[in-house]
Amino acid sequence: MPAAVDLSALTVVRGGRRVLSELDLTVPTGQVTGLLGPSGCGKSTLLRAIVGVQRITSGTVRVLGAPAGSRELRSRVGYMTQSPSVYADLSVDENLGFFARVLGVGPDAVARVRSAVDLDEFGSQVVGRLSGGQRSRVSLAVALLAEPELLVLDEPTVGLDPVLRVSLWALFARLAQGGTTVLVSSHVMDEAERCDRLLLMRDGRLIADDTPAAIKRAAGVGDVESAFLALVEQEAR
Amino acid sequence: MSPRLTLAVAGRVLRQLRRDHRTIAMLLVLPCLLITLLWWMFHDLPGDRFDTFGPGLLAMFPFIVMFLVTSVTTLRERSGGTLERLLSMPMGKGDFLLGYALAFGLVAALQSALAVGVSVGLLGLEVQGSVALLVVVAIADAVLGTALGLFVSAFAQTEFQAVQFMPALVIPQILLCGLFVPRAALPDVLEAISNVLPMSYAVDAMESLRAGSDVGDVWSDIAVVAGFAVVALVLGAITLRRRTA
Repeated sequence: MPAAVDLSALTVVRGGRRVLSELDLTVPTGQVTGLLGPSGCGKSTLLRAIVGVQRITSGTVRVLGAPAGSRELRSRVGYMTQSPSVYADLSVDENLGFFARVLGVGPDAVARVRSAVDLDEFGSQVVGRLSGGQRSRVSLAVALLAEPELLVLDEPTVGLDPVLRVSLWALFARLAQGGTTVLVSSHVMDEAERCDRLLLMRDGRLIADDTPAAIKRAAGVGDVESAFLALVEQEAR
Repeated sequence: MSPRLTLAVAGRVLRQLRRDHRTIAMLLVLPCLLITLLWWMFHDLPGDRFDTFGPGLLAMFPFIVMFLVTSVTTLRERSGGTLERLLSMPMGKGDFLLGYALAFGLVAALQSALAVGVSVGLLGLEVQGSVALLVVVAIADAVLGTALGLFVSAFAQTEFQAVQFMPALVIPQILLCGLFVPRAALPDVLEAISNVLPMSYAVDAMESLRAGSDVGDVWSDIAVVAGFAVVALVLGAITLRRRTA
């Protein structure tokens, strides 16, 4: 099966700083791939480049067989930004209804995504009065509306209670089983265990690209966080 | 571009406004109060100065208010990430801009109808020409204000900066539009500048309506204002980038 995302030699320079440096990577179709690394390592920039909203300096980004950001991809890729990009002065349902109209999907999609993110009781609540975690779930629901083939999620589980986090990771796994490619970023290393595949990033470069088990085995440690540290030390030597 | 998307944006903007009762009240009531204040100021003076200044003020309200409202709302949309999200979806730039222009144009129509109603009905503003055309001029001004507001929001990083565009772009137009000093009596350089400012044509249109001059003149002034609005919308569309740094 062809890769859902295929980057080659992607470089992004922003404000004179090299945020991404000659990055080559692929994201396999129909799996949950975790993009992990400390804050500021270039995760969001990489995700933005994949969605096609980031101006890139050089290199190529191909998504679902087309150049990133091309017109045909706009309803095939679902994107959730790090800060909740929804209207704080509208209710949950009004937000979802608006984006559903933009995407050209029916009103039944609104009910579907609202229950997928466990916000059924909050449909008529104004988003501005919801908690941070609830707000980011509204934003996630928008990304799910068009049943995209590729779902790009920038730190979707930040600020959520553990129960909810587990239920969202279960949702990602279900979506992947149904054939959706899910690319999730996180700076919380213990979430890595829930991914089929991991991309570990540091300072704009990829330091590992494998399954969680293989990464731990190669580093000879029991958890991904230690593996990350071991990889960083290895590089420094 | 598609009507479905344009209407979706317009509907959403109006829905956001509907939830903000205070803003609606201010949008609709303030112009009426201000025009009443103008009438009261001139009340004890001889002559028909209210008739002289009233129409000009009616042209300014929708322009100023819509400029402010639009520059702040679209700035919020840019900084809040919703614009980026929309542009990563199948949303045309034209749909986005026209949606805003449509929504605020409708609000302006309501606002102007009220202000004109109060001026003509209660305060006895004498207008020789068509009162309905007065409202049309006001709507054209509002759309112009919306279009300019959309454009300048690209050059502001904060809401403070956005609001500062009002003294930069709006007040010079108010000063040079002919309300304080007839444009023909301005120094040559200022007159030349006033000739390329849209507000001058809006006030000219109102003046023609007041004096009952040829309706053709009014329509050509409206066309100039509308032309400026189209140019501002096109410039606004250029500032909407799907890819940003």
